[in-house]
Amino acid sequence: MVAPIPRATTEPAWVRRLLLGVALAFLALALGLPLAIVFAQAFASGAAAYAAAIADPVTLSAVRLTLLAAGVAVVLNTVFGVAVAWAVAKFEFRGKGLLITLIDLPFTISPVVSGLMLVLLFGSNGLVGPWLASHGVQVVFAVPGIVLATVFVTFPFVARELIPLMQEQGTEEEEAAVVLGARPWQMFWRVTLPNIKWGLVYGVILCNARAMGEFGAVSVVSGHIRGKTNTLPLHVEVLYNEYQFAAAFAAASLLTLLALATLVVKELVERRTHRPSVASSE
Amino acid sequence: MSIHIDRVHKRFGAFTALDDVSLDIASGELVALLGPSGCGKTTLLRIIAGLESADAGAIRFAGEDATRRHVRDRRVGFVFQHYALFRHMTVFQNVAFGLSVRPRAERPSAAEIRARVMDLLTLVQLDWTADRYPSQLSGGQRQRVALARALAVEPKVLLLDEPFGALDAKVRRELRRWLRRLHDQLHVTSVFVTHDQEEALDVSDRVAVMNAGRVEQVGTPAEVYDRPASPFVFHFLGEVNRFGGTVHRGTAQLGAAHFPAPEHADADGADAVAFVRPHDIAVAATPPAGTSWEVTLTGTSAAGPLVRLELETAGTGEPVEALLTREEAARLPLERGRTLYAMPRAVRVFVEPGIEAGR
Repeated sequence: MVAPIPRATTEPAWVRRLLLGVALAFLALALGLPLAIVFAQAFASGAAAYAAAIADPVTLSAVRLTLLAAGVAVVLNTVFGVAVAWAVAKFEFRGKGLLITLIDLPFTISPVVSGLMLVLLFGSNGLVGPWLASHGVQVVFAVPGIVLATVFVTFPFVARELIPLMQEQGTEEEEAAVVLGARPWQMFWRVTLPNIKWGLVYGVILCNARAMGEFGAVSVVSGHIRGKTNTLPLHVEVLYNEYQFAAAFAAASLLTLLALATLVVKELVERRTHRPSVASSE
Repeated sequence: MSIHIDRVHKRFGAFTALDDVSLDIASGELVALLGPSGCGKTTLLRIIAGLESADAGAIRFAGEDATRRHVRDRRVGFVFQHYALFRHMTVFQNVAFGLSVRPRAERPSAAEIRARVMDLLTLVQLDWTADRYPSQLSGGQRQRVALARALAVEPKVLLLDEPFGALDAKVRRELRRWLRRLHDQLHVTSVFVTHDQEEALDVSDRVAVMNAGRVEQVGTPAEVYDRPASPFVFHFLGEVNRFGGTVHRGTAQLGAAHFPAPEHADADGADAVAFVRPHDIAVAATPPAGTSWEVTLTGTSAAGPLVRLELETAGTGEPVEALLTREEAARLPLERGRTLYAMPRAVRVFVEPGIEAGR
C-alpha cells in the first residue's frame, strides 16, 4: 500500500475543526439560544401558568383565527399555484414574463405595504370599502381582511415551487396520456399530479409556515381587537407590550412548535423527493 | 388503415413548417419521413396524430376526414423520441394506462388488462420488467416499453417520432431490425420520422424525403436512392460528387468532358449541376475510349471492403471521390500525385433553377 496522496481540496484537520466550530457556535448563538429562551420564559412561572396562558379564551381565539387564515391561504394558493404553474409551463402566451413577475410581487414588497394596500382598497375611505360596508360586509379590522392579507403575502409559494418543476418535466407525458385516450381530468390526476406531488407538498408547507407566522400585513388590517382580529403573532405582541411575559412566551412557544413541526415535515418531504428511483427519469 | 394527407399547410409564426404537403400511405405500410432537422417531418407526424392542427388541408383515415377529430378519438399509437413513459408508474402500469383510462363500459376487466399487458410485454421481450420503474431500464428497453404502451390500445396507426434517435448506434441498428420484424408480424400502418437515411432505407417500405416543409420525393428505398428526383435528395441520400457545368441541346459540358443528357434536349446553354455517386466512377491508368476526366490522385484510404480514392480534376481542381473494390484498386498505380482517368458510369444532370436546394 502506498500512502494516500492528500487531495487538493482537503484542508488540514485543525482548519476543518475551526470552521465547523465557528459555524456551530454561531448556530447555537443565533438560533439555539433564542429557541431555548422562548421555552424557558414560557415556563418561567411554572407549568400551571403556562397551561393557563394557553387555555385563555383570547389565546385560543387567536389560535383559531391563525388556523383559519392559514387554511384558507393554503387552499386558495394551492389551487392558484397549480393553475398558474400549469399555464406557464405548458402553454405559450403573450405576457407570460409579466405574469411570472407579478407572482413574485408579494415577495418583493414589504408586508406592511401589502396591508396598507388592503386598507386603501377596503377601508372605510377606501376604493370599494364604503360600497361593501353599505352591503354589510366589513373587510378591514375584521376576519376577511386578515384572511385576504394572509392569502396575499403567501401567494407565490406554491406557484414558485411548481413552475420550474413543471417546466423541466415538459408536456410529453401529458401528450402521451391524451394519445392513449385519457380525458383531461384523468390526465391531471393520473399523470400530472403524481409528477408534481412532492413539489406541491413542499410548496404547501412553505405557504403554511409563512401564513401562520405572518405579522406585518396582518397587523395593518387587523386593528388588534382582542379575541376577534388577533392572530397568534399579533397576540404575542399585545401580551408582550402589556408586560405579560410568561403568557407572551407561552403563545410564542405555540408558534415555535408549529415551526418545528413544519421543519420536520419539510425534512421528511425532502427525503422523499430525493429518492433516486423517482427523481431521475432520464 | 390508410392515411391520406391532403395539401397540409402549417406555420409557426413567421416560420413555414409545412408547405402544401400531400402524401398517401397505404394500409399496412411502413413509411419513413426522412429529412434534416427543421424540415417539418415531426410537425407532419404530430398533425397526423392530432397533437398539432394544420392551418389548411386535411388528414383522412381510411377515406374519412379526421382533420378535426380529437387526438384521443383518432386511435393512433404514438412513440415519442424521449419515450415519455410515466415515470411514477411501473412498466406494467405504463402499458396498462391506455386500457385503464377507458370509460367503465368499454374498459376490459382487470384480468383481461393483465393478460393483454403481459402479452405485449412478452412481444417486446420485456415481461420480466413488469414491476420495475422506467428509470431502472436502459434506453432501448424504455423505447420497447413505450412501443408496447402504444400498441396496448390496438391503434389503427402507429406513429413513431425519431424512435431510435436517443439510442447508441449498435442498439439502434438492432432495434430497427426488430421494429421491421414486429411490423411484418402486426401489419399496423406505421409512419416513422428519422433524420438518418440509413435507418429510413433499411427499415421502411417507402420513404418520403422532406426538405424545408415540402415532400421532395416519395418512393421505395431503391427508387429514392437510385433515381433521386432532385439535387436535394441526391445530396441527402448517400455520398455524392457534385459538378457544375452547362447543358446545351441534350449534352452536358462538365469540366473538360461532355456527357449525353437526353432529358434536357431543349436546354440552350443553361447552367446545370451534375451528380455522380463515388461507386459509379471507374478509374483507369491510361486514357480510356469513352468520356473521362483527367484527374490527379491526392489520397487513398482502404479501411473496410472498399478503397476510397481522393482525386482532383486537372485544371479546375474540383475534388472527386471514387469508391473501388480492392481488386480494381490493386490494378492501379496508386501513388499520390499520379495522373489517372475517371469515368462516370451514371451521371444525373439537373438544370437550374432548383440547384440551390441541393447545396
